[in-house]
Amino acid sequence: MRRFSWINATSLTLGFAFLYLPMLILVVYSFNASQLVTVWAGFSTRWYGELIRNEAFLDAAWVTLKVAVVSSTIATVLGTMAAYTLVRAGRFLGRTLFSGMIYAPLVMPEVITGLSLLLLFIGIGLDRGILTIVLAHTTFSMCYVSVVVSSRLDSFDRSLEEAALDLGCTPFEAFRLVTLPIIAPAVISGWLLAFTLSLDDLVIASFVTGPSATTLPMKIWSSVRLGVSPEINALSTILIAIVTVGVITASLVSKRAIAARQRDERAAAAAA
Amino acid sequence: MRRFVVVAVPYLWLLALFLIPFVIVLKISLSDPAIAIPPYAPTLDLSEGWQGLKDFFAGLDFENFAFLTTDDLYWKAYLSSLRIAFVATLFTLLVGFPIAYGMARAEERWRPMLLMLVILPFWTSFLIRVYSWMGILSSEGYLNQVLLALGVVAEPLTILNTNAAVYVGIVYTYLPFMILPIYATLEKLDMSLLEAAEDLGCSRLSAFWLVTIPLSVPGIVAGCFLVFIPTIGEFVIPSLLGGSETLMIGKVLWEEFFSNRDWPVASAVAVILLLILIVPIILFQRNEQKQREAEG
Repeated sequence: MRRFSWINATSLTLGFAFLYLPMLILVVYSFNASQLVTVWAGFSTRWYGELIRNEAFLDAAWVTLKVAVVSSTIATVLGTMAAYTLVRAGRFLGRTLFSGMIYAPLVMPEVITGLSLLLLFIGIGLDRGILTIVLAHTTFSMCYVSVVVSSRLDSFDRSLEEAALDLGCTPFEAFRLVTLPIIAPAVISGWLLAFTLSLDDLVIASFVTGPSATTLPMKIWSSVRLGVSPEINALSTILIAIVTVGVITASLVSKRAIAARQRDERAAAAAA
Repeated sequence: MRRFVVVAVPYLWLLALFLIPFVIVLKISLSDPAIAIPPYAPTLDLSEGWQGLKDFFAGLDFENFAFLTTDDLYWKAYLSSLRIAFVATLFTLLVGFPIAYGMARAEERWRPMLLMLVILPFWTSFLIRVYSWMGILSSEGYLNQVLLALGVVAEPLTILNTNAAVYVGIVYTYLPFMILPIYATLEKLDMSLLEAAEDLGCSRLSAFWLVTIPLSVPGIVAGCFLVFIPTIGEFVIPSLLGGSETLMIGKVLWEEFFSNRDWPVASAVAVILLLILIVPIILFQRNEQKQREAEG
């Protein structure tokens, strides 16, 4: 490549070092035997042991997982419906308001979303806990899902749906048998995005929760505010490992799916 | 009927859990703090009928907004948030552009890999990525250990709990948002334009300034807004990495609510923050639309 000079190589190396070195240090020092996190005192898995015995962390992890699974699933259903409405429904009363409400949460500062939802929950007298976190997470992540899904709905061939309708499908059957399989990859990535956003959220959950539910980010927050802790390093390493494995698996699976589709298309072209 | 359900369910959900909460924030920002449950007045009492409604509206005023202008803390916090967000956006651009450029010029078979390496940190917990800098930047942290060992500094530098650490944290966590749109425009850039410029006597550097940079402006603008807009209301980064000098409005709102328990003032802070955000958001959408039209 003519233009790939040493300058580009240097900026890529430095750039990726900047992106990955902090996390790498975190991973390495999670195996540090010392209580003093910045002083290396030999290899040890001690902090992982302490982490597993720490019931407060396990409880928080369980709460976080429950919230993430439930909220991302509801958000995927609602977000897909919203995307379908935005792309397919044409004009209807209040369409501008609707699309505004879909895009606004994407740029809304978390402190405002959190504050406004809390004031609502207090106003209607809802007990704060897992339920309110699920409601809050569903609300902002359904918007992300709908953006991801609507870009896919925008790009695919509508005549496929029309053909299904002409051949006697009800609109719902056409959606289930034709549209849904085609937009499935976007729906799945929407779910994954919603799931990650929910796992990650500290600010909104802190606002809307009550004493009965503490999520993992809230737990991490209250201990890192006092400074670096070896247990949090261990926990971070576990989370980084899960994400890395997840993202690599997802990209391999989607690569294989694309290859399979191309094979099918070639076969179809050859048959024709 | 089914069609109606598909529209109505997400619509009603967003009305109930997005729009109505805002109306409530707006209403409370016009109320007065009170020692009661809930801690503000007036509260709407529909059982009083028309008189209750009239009393309710009579009790609303702009006192909290007036209060925000009298206390230095608030407008300083707004200004300082805008300044920090602006400076951090510039830094992110300076760091992100060379990476995006390098990616766009890398061999084609490497690009998906590089792209995944940029996106991967985005899936990792935001909180953990911010936290990872606490151990690096603290006075006995890894950076100071390296600098002391190399003899670059004689005494450990104070970086953690200053604005410098906040900048590092913002650049680090928002870098993918800057790289991706710039990469998208650079990757589409027609290389023959650069060759033409060079054939016509441009040096490589001037071809870069006169051709590459102007053509990548839409990506640069998009990236800058994607960093600038969320940074203004940022809470986690200034709280973990910043110090007493770091004044950001997201943190002020949080403290107003959780420490001072002054809901009306916290709501007024939120309303003003939203008004400030509207301008960059509209500019951002214009930029996006222009780009779509240019492509379409």
